[in-house]
Amino acid sequence: MVQERTLPEFPTALASITREEGLVVYEDMILGRFFEDKCAEMYYRGKMFGFVHLYNGQEAVSSGVIKAMRSDDYVCSTYRDHVHALSAGVPARNVMAELFGKATGCSKGRGGSMHLFSAEHNLLGGFAFVAEGIPVATGAAFQTKYRREALGDETADQVTACFFGDGAANNGQFFECLNMAALWKLPILFVVENNKWAIGMAHERATSQPEIYKKASVFGMPGFEVDGMDVLAVRSIAQEAVARARAGEGPTLIEALTYRFRGHSLADPDEMRSKAEKEVWFSRDPIKKFAAYLTEQNLVQHDELLDIERRIQSVIDDAVQFAQSSAEPDPSELYRYIFAED
Amino acid sequence: MAETLLFNALRAAIDEEMARDPSVFVLGEDVGHYGGSYKVTKDLYTKYGELRVLDTPIAENSFTGLAVGAAMTGLRPIIEGMNMGFLLLAFNQIANNAGMLRYTSGGNYKIPLVIRGPGGVGRQLGAEHSQRLEAYFQGVPGLKMVACSTPYNAKGLLKAAIRDDNPVIFFEHVLLYNLKETLPDDEYVLPLDKAETVRKGKDVTILTYSRMRHHVTNAAKTLVQEGYDPEIIDLISLKPLDFDTIGESIRKTHRVIIVEECMKTGGIGAELVASINDRFFDELDAPVIRLASQDIPTPYNGTLESLTIVQPAQIVEAVQNIVPLRV
Repeated sequence: MVQERTLPEFPTALASITREEGLVVYEDMILGRFFEDKCAEMYYRGKMFGFVHLYNGQEAVSSGVIKAMRSDDYVCSTYRDHVHALSAGVPARNVMAELFGKATGCSKGRGGSMHLFSAEHNLLGGFAFVAEGIPVATGAAFQTKYRREALGDETADQVTACFFGDGAANNGQFFECLNMAALWKLPILFVVENNKWAIGMAHERATSQPEIYKKASVFGMPGFEVDGMDVLAVRSIAQEAVARARAGEGPTLIEALTYRFRGHSLADPDEMRSKAEKEVWFSRDPIKKFAAYLTEQNLVQHDELLDIERRIQSVIDDAVQFAQSSAEPDPSELYRYIFAED
Repeated sequence: MAETLLFNALRAAIDEEMARDPSVFVLGEDVGHYGGSYKVTKDLYTKYGELRVLDTPIAENSFTGLAVGAAMTGLRPIIEGMNMGFLLLAFNQIANNAGMLRYTSGGNYKIPLVIRGPGGVGRQLGAEHSQRLEAYFQGVPGLKMVACSTPYNAKGLLKAAIRDDNPVIFFEHVLLYNLKETLPDDEYVLPLDKAETVRKGKDVTILTYSRMRHHVTNAAKTLVQEGYDPEIIDLISLKPLDFDTIGESIRKTHRVIIVEECMKTGGIGAELVASINDRFFDELDAPVIRLASQDIPTPYNGTLESLTIVQPAQIVEAVQNIVPLRV
């Protein structure tokens, strides 16, 4: 018997999502899942290299939060960043090309899997050291407040979503930034994707208070736990937090209880997690759950979901084709991008 | 401008740049109400408000990362390290985020950021407050490093650093804040990448920076009386090094002495020796002499501390040894 934290109930009656919104969110989740499956295939076929961390299983968090935001809001991610980038609007072509190390990649082949960036889409990165993105995201949120209050720019109401894992929640930068964000009422969502494992370190073995959302309270910040396998629950809590941030009421800590369906990275033999534990979580597949909701509520027909899947499959195939046929970075540009003038 | 103390020259640079560009702001420990540990930001918060002169909690890595995020999204932060040594706590943010992120992002973001504050060996401040971070940061791609040494260059260089679109580490020296100099009334900005020839000479090139510039000019008084004619170059830019100015001087003197406050191992001088060998070996008539601090934690005791760093008498002796006696 696997002891699992009880997932907070989210009554579907509380969900308010239109057919159009539902289709957008479902498509985003499918895009994330199919993209990552293709990455695994390409990695094992020797098309991409280095450390590749896949997001399978956690799609409800990325889609639930980012699709509750505006396109001019900011997103900050970790080394497990492919799907956050896709949700933020970075085209699959440019993400895939980056993983192939090509000049057409969103980071021009200089970054790789863990360093996806897109200024055009307000994607702040791709930060590979655990927790180091938290201060950067806090800085983006500070910038919005600064623009609004010091520069008098009333259009400056952007919100920043900062994603990180349970492992990062034991790092000083997490606590330091929660403090500053609460102190200065910064427009930011701290979204912990608690997938229970920091590589091989079980969350309970690493922290004295496993319920991360409770750590918000010491900073006078609202903190919530949410079923991270239920995109409607994530979306609902994110909408509230975004509204609060946009209204100048400050940050929110959201702990999404989720699970990665694959190892830490494609190089991880994944020997620490029990089969029983995995099976419990596999049965909570967030995409299946949302598909069932959409059809049971008669928001969409099953065929429409299949259409989305077919369309996304062709997006993924196109992305691979684009990445494969794209040029390598020009060796004569080895030194380019070191300085702003380059 | 009347006679100005170095810390006030820095303050004037920040004040002028904040007035010129509203995206410029200062953050750090005690920069606001307290006015900065060396009063470089004194009373600026009353003029610009608490967001633009932001007192931060004591959380170096997080407020440095915050500044990087603000710079990526269009602001121009100036971080004050209350003591530059404290920024060792922010090494990751300075190296991985400020230094490397533009390249790693394939040019998606630029990071106009100044990291400034008091460093160097002061008077009996103990090892932790006597750091020379330039040695640690010189290997980080994407960073520029500048060391000011006079009120005049402090002001002009800091203004340039604030206007630069890249992360600049700006070194001030704890023992130079009260230097006095009459500054021009008109606005001026100095280039970040140019060394300053402090004294022209033909016998030997002395390369130095920060406080050691003043040790070298003191030593030069003795040397000139003895008939030596040293050329003194204040490097100003520690990264990148100005090899045009350095090379021009070496081609004239054919002898080099480096005087630095860094620890000898892996210091700026070490990089200079290697690069001079790469570029100007054929011009040298003698091996490069390197005078640097001892490779030890700076001791508290005054006598031990003075034995740790280079003293003017050693500079005189080095010149006497390397320059052949004229008959």
